[in-house]
Amino acid sequence: MNMNSIFKSSTDDNSRQADSGNASSKLRMQHMNLYYGSFHAVKDITLQVNTSSITAIIGPSGCGKSSMLRVFNRMNDLIPGASVDGLVEFDGINIYEPGVDVVELRKRIGMVFQKPNPFPMSIYDNVAFGPRRHGIRNRRALDEIVEKSLMQAALWDEVKDKLGQSGLSISGGQQQRLCIARVLAVEPEVILMDEPCSALDPIATLKIEDLMRTLSETYTIVIVTHNMQQAARVSDMTAFLMVDDGHSGVLVEYGPTSEVFTNPRDKRTEDYITGRFG
Amino acid sequence: MRKNYDRSLKSLQDEVLVMGSMVEKSVLRSVEALKNRDLDLANQIIAGDQDINQKRFDIEEQCVELIATQQPMAVDLRVIVAILNILVDLERIGDHAEGIAKITVMIGNEPPVKPLIDLPRMAERTAQMLRDSMDSFIRRDVELAKRVCDDDEEVDNLYNQVFRELLLIMAEDPKTIGRATRLIWVAHNLERSADRITNICERVAFVATGHMEDIGASKY
Ligand SMILES: Nc1ncnc2c1ncn2[C@@H]1O[C@H](COP(=O)(O)OP(=O)(O)O)[C@@H](O)[C@H]1O
Ligand SMILES: [Mg+2]
Repeated sequence: MNMNSIFKSSTDDNSRQADSGNASSKLRMQHMNLYYGSFHAVKDITLQVNTSSITAIIGPSGCGKSSMLRVFNRMNDLIPGASVDGLVEFDGINIYEPGVDVVELRKRIGMVFQKPNPFPMSIYDNVAFGPRRHGIRNRRALDEIVEKSLMQAALWDEVKDKLGQSGLSISGGQQQRLCIARVLAVEPEVILMDEPCSALDPIATLKIEDLMRTLSETYTIVIVTHNMQQAARVSDMTAFLMVDDGHSGVLVEYGPTSEVFTNPRDKRTEDYITGRFG
Repeated sequence: MRKNYDRSLKSLQDEVLVMGSMVEKSVLRSVEALKNRDLDLANQIIAGDQDINQKRFDIEEQCVELIATQQPMAVDLRVIVAILNILVDLERIGDHAEGIAKITVMIGNEPPVKPLIDLPRMAERTAQMLRDSMDSFIRRDVELAKRVCDDDEEVDNLYNQVFRELLLIMAEDPKTIGRATRLIWVAHNLERSADRITNICERVAFVATGHMEDIGASKY
């Protein structure tokens, strides 16, 4: 396994793996806090994300879902003034430790955004972009990766005859699947999705959801969605976030989706998912 | 928030109460008809079972529509699922009452084998259990639901008593076997009805707690 390679220099880390608690836990936060400058945006989050499962993060808008998601692959590093404390682990390794190779981390933990954002280049080049950047130049190898990734993203049949066309020339739903293929091409272990269907029509949405279920056999998926039905449909685990009196996002409830949606433990979750919030 | 949705949910539960009271009347009247040899009333009950069945389908349809259009969650979903189950139990209790009415028609003007005391008592206990179970459903009162399940024992005991008494009568005079057997059927219908009511109480516990549990296992 190449678990240690998210470290720039892979020295002393075998011991850390050994004591990394639950073997099936892929991601873990412990007392994680996120600040934008002095604003305490997300407060004291503790949760574990299981391997090969779909975890949904739901909650009212502005409660910190996207912020929390970005903590998992250090996307917040790109935001000036943002800081994170507490423990955030990927395969038992603290990803905020000095020496972590953030580029490698983001390859392992890919991200799909709200608006499909294909690069202004061909469908083929969109998918080959990541592998090329990671040094793969061999045409045959690239062909294989492109085909495999597009297949996995359930897009191959629709685009196999027009791989040379611009990634921007296909429909929104296809563009989003292209973005998923682009993430898959670098063989990640985790896929983070931030409202991946909010710009899509219902049919395209169901296609992506179905794709997510298939992908979850191989990948660990964390999805932020404002659509509760979507969380109920696709996820295994659901985390419900809400802002507290100080406007910080807090984790109100985290549990198996079937339980959260039939018998939530917290009154605030109940009010939110039954639509009686606010 | 969601005023119309809340109204639909409320009216759905009101409809269940209406059906509950239709069934309760049917139970009480079936034994009243038996006791008074009132064949008109018995026939009314048999005809009235259609209304109960219709009510069940109407409510079921409303449940399906709410699920399809409103995506109920959490306690709302549990209420609707509970109602779908309660409907079945209520309808079956109605069928038991209809069964008693049919037996009454069958008995017609045959001479009585014994004065009817315990059967009307069973019917009253059952009707009271039904009322309480409906009450516990509306109030989400698990304690009351549990007490209703305890009451089932009383009905079971009455059933036992009636059964033994009728056996004795049959043993003493084989000419009574046909008539006495019919009364055993009546008792059995009432006993089964009370069991159905304990099912309803389990649904009440499910709505309130989110857990399915066997809160009142009957001896029969
Ligand atoms: N880059 C940023 N700089 C400062 N504040 C931010 C930034 N991004 C988000 N926030 C604030 O953090 C809070 C959570 O935002 P966000 O994570 O986008 O919520 P959600 O995804 O649940 O809608 C909000 O109050 C938002 O205004
Ligand atoms: Mg967001």
